Amino acid sequence: MSGAGGGAGSGEDKGVTMRVEVDVPKCVASGQCVMIAPDVFDQREEDGIVVLLDERPASELHADVRESAVVCPAAAIRVVEK
Amino acid sequence: MTETLAETTAEAEEQLPEFPMPRAAGCPFDPPPTTRALHTERPVTRVRLWDGSAPWLVTGYADQRALLSDPRVSAEATLPGYPHASAGVRENAKQRRSFLTMDDPEHARIRRMVTGPFAIKRIEALRPEIQKITDDLIDAMLAGPTPVDLVHALALPLPSLVICKLLGVPYEDHDFFQRNSSVLINRHSSVEDMVGANEALTDYLEGLVTAKLADPADDMLSELAGRVRAGELTQRDAANMGVLLLVAGHETTANMIALGTVALLENPDQLAVLRETDDPKAVARAVEELLRYLTIVHNGRRRVALEDIEIGGETIRAGDGIIVYTGTGNWDAEVFPEPERLDIGRDARRHIAFGFGVHQCLGQPLARLELQVVYGTLYRRIPTLRLATGIDQLPFKDDGFVYGVYELPVTWTS
Repeated sequence: MSGAGGGAGSGEDKGVTMRVEVDVPKCVASGQCVMIAPDVFDQREEDGIVVLLDERPASELHADVRESAVVCPAAAIRVVEK
Repeated sequence: MTETLAETTAEAEEQLPEFPMPRAAGCPFDPPPTTRALHTERPVTRVRLWDGSAPWLVTGYADQRALLSDPRVSAEATLPGYPHASAGVRENAKQRRSFLTMDDPEHARIRRMVTGPFAIKRIEALRPEIQKITDDLIDAMLAGPTPVDLVHALALPLPSLVICKLLGVPYEDHDFFQRNSSVLINRHSSVEDMVGANEALTDYLEGLVTAKLADPADDMLSELAGRVRAGELTQRDAANMGVLLLVAGHETTANMIALGTVALLENPDQLAVLRETDDPKAVARAVEELLRYLTIVHNGRRRVALEDIEIGGETIRAGDGIIVYTGTGNWDAEVFPEPERLDIGRDARRHIAFGFGVHQCLGQPLARLELQVVYGTLYRRIPTLRLATGIDQLPFKDDGFVYGVYELPVTWTS
């Protein structure tokens, strides 16, 4: 768990499929996922709770999605990779 | 039997280190050396508080994240064993419950009433306005005499103006609410002063909520007034939430602006990088690093165990108090190599300066935006900005629940 990395699109994820799940009741609307991966996550207008935009993000977004899951304070993001 | 009793007494009276611990003279940005030593030697250990109680102090990053997101750990300040920060804080906790000290599901229900306005896109829409406020305050600084106190010229008014606008609090009342806030966040405040400041602020906010009930505007207090009308909140609860948002909304960012400036002036190579960049992402990265490096909420996140919990080779028993000192977690070399180095180029997004778990700071998108605007503007507009006094002369807020400086005299070459 080094402080480096976090950048997207290294190419190493080519061929890896990612599926993202969000646990809406757990979400506390910190908004960190939207800050890090705005193409994959959004927030409901009324209360800032997570909205999943892209359940199967492209490989260049994988690093950001993983980082979003790590920093989510409520552990409301699950990432499944194959 | 007698022997067991004697042993128990001996254990209870064991010399435990007192918490909070002092920072080292001449090292104003470093977490206290005793706390850092505990992180190395006994990352989960008992400490002694002001009232003689002996909660657990947790100093490592992984343990801190684990505990702050563990449903067996409660934030409920009315539970026995909860480690209060002072007698005044304990007294106020009895009289006023906010979602800060509630557990789910009650916490989630109340918190979600105020999360909408802090969503990333709604906050980002405020950028032009926050930029204008910042530019106006800097214009006034440049037009006035030097040296100037940066705390009162910029660091405090900027977030105060912004949170007043969001909440619907008249900024003209800033002397009143800033004075009472500073009592509430000082650990040396007497019980009487603490209770008095809390009541004064709550009465004030309740008055505003009442006015918004009759005459709603486009602001958060009017939204809360709507909740009162719908029977979801009492008027006093709405006022309590208003106090929390108002105090947390200006004190924390104000201290980050001032202390962040001191840290950058002490690290001129880093300041130069920040001053020269045109990349908003580089500024955002610098904000995260300064949040990590300074971790200004330095009183420890306070909790109580609901069940026995095994962590760091120790057993925290049900009913034991827990203090999570995020200052050392954010200086954990396993997560942030060379943590004592301010490196605005590093990726520090995993820091826990805003806490972790369901209670993580509600206003973090606003704090980030304000800091991005200020750090991205101040040093470009005043490139020769410097301290007008020695760093050892600065009045650091060692007695506050939020760290910073009371005053920051600065000057520049015109």
